Amino acid sequence: MKNNASRTGPSTLLILACAIPIVIVLVALPKFVDTYQTQLLTYGLVYAIAGLGFNLLLGYTGLLSFGHSAYFGLGAYSAAFMVRYFGVGSMEIYILGGLLITGLVTAAFGYVSVRHTRIFFGILTLALSQVLWTLAYKFFWVTGGTDGLRVPFANLTLLGGLIDFKGRDAYQAFTQNYYYYVLFLFCICTILMWVIVHSPFGKALQAIRDNETRAQFLGIRIRRYRWFAFQLSGSFTGLAGILWVPLNGLVTPDILYWPFSGEIVFMTVLGGFRTFTGPIVGAVVFNYLKIYAVASTAYWQMLLGVVLVALVLALPTGIVGTLSRLFGKFRKR
Amino acid sequence: MDILIIQILNSIFYACILFLIASGLSLIYGVMRIVNLAHGSLYALGAYVTAWTIGTFAAGAPIWVLFLLLPAGAVVVAAVGALIEPTLLRPLYNRPEEYQLLITFALLLILEDMMHFLFGGVPLSADAVIDSMGTMPIMNLRYPVYNLLVIAIGVAAAVFLWAFIYRTKFGVILRATSQNMRMASALGVNVKWVYVQAFALGCFMAGLGGAVVVPAQAAVLGMGVEALILAFVVVVIGGLGSLEGALIGALIVSFVRTAGIQFFPEIELAVLYLIAAIVLLVRPTGLFGRA
Amino acid sequence: MNLLETINLKKYFGETHAVDDVSLSIAEREFVSLVGPNGAGKTTLVNVISALVSSDSGKILFKGDDITHTSVTERVEAGIARSFQIVNLFDDLTTFDNVTLAIFSRQGKTGNPATLAHLDHEVSAEADAVLGQFNLTSKRNERVRDLAQGERKLLDVALAYALKPKLLFLDEPTSGVSTRDKGQIMDTIASVVRGEGITAVIIEHDMDVVFKYSDRIVVMQQGAILAQGTPDAIRNNDQVAMILLGTSGPDAFTRKD
Repeated sequence: MKNNASRTGPSTLLILACAIPIVIVLVALPKFVDTYQTQLLTYGLVYAIAGLGFNLLLGYTGLLSFGHSAYFGLGAYSAAFMVRYFGVGSMEIYILGGLLITGLVTAAFGYVSVRHTRIFFGILTLALSQVLWTLAYKFFWVTGGTDGLRVPFANLTLLGGLIDFKGRDAYQAFTQNYYYYVLFLFCICTILMWVIVHSPFGKALQAIRDNETRAQFLGIRIRRYRWFAFQLSGSFTGLAGILWVPLNGLVTPDILYWPFSGEIVFMTVLGGFRTFTGPIVGAVVFNYLKIYAVASTAYWQMLLGVVLVALVLALPTGIVGTLSRLFGKFRKR
Repeated sequence: MDILIIQILNSIFYACILFLIASGLSLIYGVMRIVNLAHGSLYALGAYVTAWTIGTFAAGAPIWVLFLLLPAGAVVVAAVGALIEPTLLRPLYNRPEEYQLLITFALLLILEDMMHFLFGGVPLSADAVIDSMGTMPIMNLRYPVYNLLVIAIGVAAAVFLWAFIYRTKFGVILRATSQNMRMASALGVNVKWVYVQAFALGCFMAGLGGAVVVPAQAAVLGMGVEALILAFVVVVIGGLGSLEGALIGALIVSFVRTAGIQFFPEIELAVLYLIAAIVLLVRPTGLFGRA
Repeated sequence: MNLLETINLKKYFGETHAVDDVSLSIAEREFVSLVGPNGAGKTTLVNVISALVSSDSGKILFKGDDITHTSVTERVEAGIARSFQIVNLFDDLTTFDNVTLAIFSRQGKTGNPATLAHLDHEVSAEADAVLGQFNLTSKRNERVRDLAQGERKLLDVALAYALKPKLLFLDEPTSGVSTRDKGQIMDTIASVVRGEGITAVIIEHDMDVVFKYSDRIVVMQQGAILAQGTPDAIRNNDQVAMILLGTSGPDAFTRKD
């Protein structure tokens, strides 16, 4: 089976060769590190799912969204509403219900947004996410306002009730089991996204990104495809939000506010938005960087901005892209 | 009836502010095809710098000093713009547009936090200025004279910009460069220099908007992003790159905003953001714009 | 019934009558050359027929159906394809990927996000066949950005061809290419087009090419059709010679070298 993918990233075989040991390491990890580290890594995997979704739009379709916090937050709030108003504790129901809600909203927002490109698309996505933020903020009697809504793990069940977290060492049990749950879903999402970007649809998206006119003249309906990509992208990010909220225990309007959209953009650019694995690497690295940045200064957003400037000017292909190029040069020697 | 007049005056006042911001945005786009996501933050910076300058240096000073210091924000922002263009934007002119958006977004992040760092989280105001001018009677109510001054400034700015772009030699160069950069360059125009100046001028307008609004409305964190979105609604309606469009768009947005605040105060912010979405849906190139 | 008919087609850009009341018929399997001085309106006419720009008035009939107000993708689906004067490709994808895209689109498979593209052997085989027909097999896995100009021009045509259109418009397929390559490229294009019985309209400046390959020549000037006919008829048309070459007479079109 020859690999016909473009030469901008590592080949399929190489990725598989790297992926399998990585997955093995990830599976074994909780045995060797403490609860805190396991939890941190779970956050990293959650953000990686969000990044994967986001990059379908940016890297593959050429649309830069500044409002992806909307879908992440929608996923989180959906789960939180289910707890608050329906007393639901099943993770599976959070996922199904949350994806449904996110799906509806991304369809609506996407329909409006993809009628435009570039800066207008960006501003529109930003504006729409701000609408959601305003609603979450103002309708505090519904959303808990700045206090937020809680999603306690004590009432959480996984696998349709097979696993719950009551009794002794509940927190530890939660951290471990939830980590594997997220890891599993992360692997599923990665495989799904891999198939999507290597499918005829994925190729069509890249064609639209590279040359909209020619794509049209090949018979590809631009708007429709962008819309579909938008929905897929928002859904992946929404899933990330759903997975995030039991981990965080709490959802507040901050998750819908524009700086969080900025973080999603940043982590994708950090990893390299023209590669498949870039967003994953960027999300995990960013996860750890942010901990240190937040700990060292209250003005870590400025730090983020400075690093983003450096990335754009000096390392536009991000971590994965740059490593990939270096590796390629090294191999030619 | 009096309240209606006040509302109208307020709308015109706010429209002038919006015009200042949007005209800067439009000018930069018209000449350089750059959209600066940090433009709103520059407006906010102008507001903060002016409020801080007046607060620090003009305590108890005579009125004319206050007014002398008022444009401080605009000048500082113009200087910042003159620094930004050659360092951050010029390297990216030949690269795909995403990079421009990313770097101006990074600038937004930096500026927002920088203002937090420099000026703290507490709103900064310049009440002294607005108080110094007193109020005047409009029918049965009293209205700040300062607001009328701002309206005058807005009109003056519109006239000045129009004259500058259409009646001066530099304006011709500006227009030539915006229409055909290569040709202008081939004819001997120093395009780099034109770009810096155009960018600085656009930033000056944004900073002026901030400087001028802050006596009436304190500088707060987050005003930049809100202004950015509103400025975009304005240029979307009026058309990117068009001066008349910025004026008409500012008036429309301002009046709709006043109406929105009046009738839907609960979700006033959401109404504004929704307006942006609806306008983009209905009229993508605006009334006067060129794509 | 003619494959394509334009009826009083007009496209004005302000004062400029780019396409001025053009009524043109193209019959099936014809190989038509569209010639004329720069600014004659040839490219605009093709742009209007392919829906890149909209017409101001007039009608376009394709296979008897009125397609005047249809979109680009609708016309592509109906069977009209085109190449571009300034090469218009997917630079970051490989030559192979460019062609498979056209085939996937034609087969309606581009809406499918759930299968791996390179596992579709039917499409891969067809793409390889097309590459073979256009002598691009050696560049199969190269990024299009890295191809030579002649190869890019051929690929531009190949993409349009891969859509298996009924009517193919080629906008200056040999422009910007060295004389030596021109012959090869045109031979390739002509053999593919004639071999499959595709109706083709090509915009060309090189009269040698035009005379060698065309069934019919349509001469445009200032937005209108000046003359049309077989190569022999056009060769002997003094008015045309005057417009195109500035001289007339029996040897006007013969190369003087």
